[in-house]
Amino acid sequence: MDKGKWFILITGLIIGAIAVVLVKLGNPPNMGFCVACFERDIAGALGLHRAGVVQYMRPEIIGIVLGALLTSLFAGEFRSRGGSATLVRFIMGMFMMVGALVFLGCPLRDVLRMAGGDYNAVVGLIGFICGVGGGVWFLRRGFNLGQAEESHSKLGGFVLPVIFAILLFILLKGTVFNPEAGGPLFFSKEGPGSMTAPVLISLAAGLLVGFLAQRTRLCMSGGIRDFILIRENYLLIGFIGIFLGALILNIAFGFFKTGFTGQPIAHSMHIWNFLGLFLVGLTATLLGGCPLRQLILSGEGDTDAAAVVLGMIIGAAICHNFMLASAAAKAAAPGVAAVAGGPGIYGQIACVVGIAVMAIIGWSFREE
Amino acid sequence: MEKVDVRGLSCPLPVMKTKKVMDQGTSEILVTGSTAVALENVSRLAQARAYKINVKKSDKNDWEIELVK
Repeated sequence: MDKGKWFILITGLIIGAIAVVLVKLGNPPNMGFCVACFERDIAGALGLHRAGVVQYMRPEIIGIVLGALLTSLFAGEFRSRGGSATLVRFIMGMFMMVGALVFLGCPLRDVLRMAGGDYNAVVGLIGFICGVGGGVWFLRRGFNLGQAEESHSKLGGFVLPVIFAILLFILLKGTVFNPEAGGPLFFSKEGPGSMTAPVLISLAAGLLVGFLAQRTRLCMSGGIRDFILIRENYLLIGFIGIFLGALILNIAFGFFKTGFTGQPIAHSMHIWNFLGLFLVGLTATLLGGCPLRQLILSGEGDTDAAAVVLGMIIGAAICHNFMLASAAAKAAAPGVAAVAGGPGIYGQIACVVGIAVMAIIGWSFREE
Repeated sequence: MEKVDVRGLSCPLPVMKTKKVMDQGTSEILVTGSTAVALENVSRLAQARAYKINVKKSDKNDWEIELVK
């Protein structure tokens, strides 16, 4: 194995380990790092949706973008660029979030959930692989969202990182803009949004992941895509590293517990676990990168990726406002009925519509 | 010499466009690109396919390489 592959394997191990340590320090179980869940929490903190249990200005996301920004500036890779079907990418970001919230996690959390023993995540992985395969099918038929152009001004590339820096400032300062309403920023008092590692540790973890992922080009959908397309395993090794890193620490901390039921923030509606991540895999492949990769590209000055990130945040708000997001399964407790979990009818429709929209985009954007 | 322009393209198009030309049996390919990621990926593909890489322009954000077999 060459040097690059060792580096991405070690990167994966570190990211997997960091995720479990963040759980140990207070983040939601099997969710040390979930790009989709945490962007959804950010939408909640801003008051864009009213799901009281998933509102927090997650410093991990801010750290990833700022970490990638600083790394790309030092490496001379920061370039303000964009103009490759930007609005289409924004809409695709929204649907990528629909898929993630039907499954309950982005591809990164899927790996972390598998490393925690959650079999539902294996069903999700199969859906994800099939979705990536679907994306590859369109790529082979000449799918191309078009060329991005480098801007004559660097300013555009700084817009999203600066927005996140301002949000970090507001988080650290603790300003409440509307005390009567209790926010923004809104913070969950119960549920996953209330489960948080200490702010500065979360931020440092994000910065480190931003640095590592920028250097290695780590990408969940890319790993599977490259293997299908050209039998290249470089990115896949990072994927496996995350799984192993998280698995080892989950066992060490006693978090590892196998099964379909009783898994944290998960549901066992197999078809929707499959289709949710199918939609994410398909969309990510057409976009050229998974939700994590979109954050890294945003930090490097890619304004098309920034549009995807904003699309995901707005998409999350829509998911919760329009009841598209899945409910987590819960066992009955004294005085509380059991929840079967899974998406409601609107979430199911949105997921299928999302797959249809991606197919239309995939077919329409063929070259020649 | 076959020319391939992969400037401004999302992953994995730089690799796919280069691979397409390789699959036609072309032994000399000039690839022009604009991101470090595309340069790494195209170089990795070239190595896997036993092409020799001659760097014509090495700026990370504006590069040109010649692939010869």
